[in-house]
Parts: sequence; C-alpha cells; structure tokens
Amino acid sequence: MILLTRKAEFSSAHYYWNEAWTEEQNLRVFGRCANKNGHGHNYTLEVTVAGDVDPVSGFVVDLKELKEIVQRDVVSVYDHRHLNLEVPEFAASSGMIPTTENIAIAIWRRLEGKIPGAKLHRVRVYEMDDLFADYYGER
Amino acid sequence: MAGTALNTGPRAYLTRRYRLSASHRLHAEAYSQEENRTVYGKCNNPHGHGHNYGIEVTVGGPVNAKTGMVCDLGELDEFAQKHLLQQFDKRNLNTLDEFDELVPTTENFTREVYRIFQGFRGARIVRVRIEETGNNSFEYSEELGKD
Repeated sequence: MILLTRKAEFSSAHYYWNEAWTEEQNLRVFGRCANKNGHGHNYTLEVTVAGDVDPVSGFVVDLKELKEIVQRDVVSVYDHRHLNLEVPEFAASSGMIPTTENIAIAIWRRLEGKIPGAKLHRVRVYEMDDLFADYYGER
Repeated sequence: MAGTALNTGPRAYLTRRYRLSASHRLHAEAYSQEENRTVYGKCNNPHGHGHNYGIEVTVGGPVNAKTGMVCDLGELDEFAQKHLLQQFDKRNLNTLDEFDELVPTTENFTREVYRIFQGFRGARIVRVRIEETGNNSFEYSEELGKD
C-alpha cells in the first residue's frame, strides 16, 4: 500500500462563537477569535489517500482527478468565503464551530468515498505554519 | 465550559510547532575518546555546537462539542512555555539534569519532550517530532507509530 498526498490552499474568514453561551463565556473561551467581524487565514490542506499501485498505470490514483475532486468539493466551496456565513456545515444552527479541528473533519466528510480506487487516509489542515489539525476518520 | 463539555465527538489531532535554540555535544562516557570520535564525528567536538530545533507537539482526543477543539491552545502554549521553552531554550543540553546520564542526541531529546508533555492535562500527547536541521528529524509516538 502506498500513501499519496495532494496539497491545496484556500483563504477564508471565520470566527468562533457558541450560540448556547453568553457573550462573556464566548470571549473567555475564544478570546480574540470570538470577534464577530471575523478574521482570516491562508489555509493549507493536505489530503492523503491510501491504495495499491495499479500494475498498468503505476498510479495509486489519477492525481489530476484527485486535484479536481478537492477543487470541486472543498476549495471552490471554502476559498474566499466566510466559513460561518457561507459554508453550510459551519452555519450557527449546525453547532459546528469552524476550528481547525472541525475544518479537517468537515473536509473528510466532503471527500470520503469520492476518490476512485483509493481510500481516504488523512486530512491535515494547516491554519498557520505552526498549527495544524489531523483527522483520520472515525477510528 | 470547555472542561465540562461533552467529550464524545470525533477524534482529531492537533499539532503545535515550537522553536528553541540550544547547544549540545554528543559524547558517551562508556566509549573511549577514539570511539567517541568515530561514533559521533564532528558532533563530538568538546566545545559543543548548536541547533535551532523545530519541535512539533501533537495532542489527540475527542473534539469538544461545545468548543470545536481538542484542547485549549492557550493552555498548551502556556505549558510549553513553562516546561519546554523556559527549560531548554538558549541552554546547553549537556548541563541539564535530564541529560546527566543520557547523551543529548535528538532521539533522546524527543523522548524527553514526550515525557514532559505526558504531564499536560488538557489533552493526551500522542506524538513529538523534532527537526534538528532542515535535513534531520526525529519522531516518537506511543500511538501513531505507523503514521
């Protein structure tokens, strides 16, 4: 089995806010990230898939196809958008705050089962060079 | 609040990167002078040398349903500041108690950092990876050994 990783980037705005809490609780837990005007990051996404090498093509997956799936199902939805306001899984009513951890989980759910010939192995999301979250699915 | 929220969410891993600069000299008392020079080469220079270490600390656990987080990043940074950076940054590793009887290779340093973060109460440490230079990195994990 081979692991193969494709990288992509997107730039998005977000803020952290739990609707079930008071303003004071939100500010205490989330600090500057609770500013409702939002702030943004250049996110780097690494999608790692696992699979066997096709004896004829020598590929685990068609990289162009993987790139297109990531572009269509993630980058085109997240890039230059406000995650809380414009991406359905992070709407206030969903209760899913767009933290780096939850972004990794949401991207996993967007991509799982869509990559022909390979199994999604890991989603890694860098919020900054010195901070990233990994999700390996339910295990 | 964060500490009392449901902890049954999906399990994720959060990695934070810290930087520190320290000196060391690789020298084992059990070896003769010549053996030390053979085994450790230029790292055996009696005056020591130094690195800018890049230290990746990975914690894992269920994503707290109320905060969307594995742990409070501020708490992790505070712990790292107190127990990692203040202990090791701008120090000579050979002079520290931790390396009194242990050669301060980056392998041993990685395990020592892992041991330190086992004392962090906010989330469970699952991996420590240290870049000694841009070309060398070392990793220790009791959970993610195969990743």
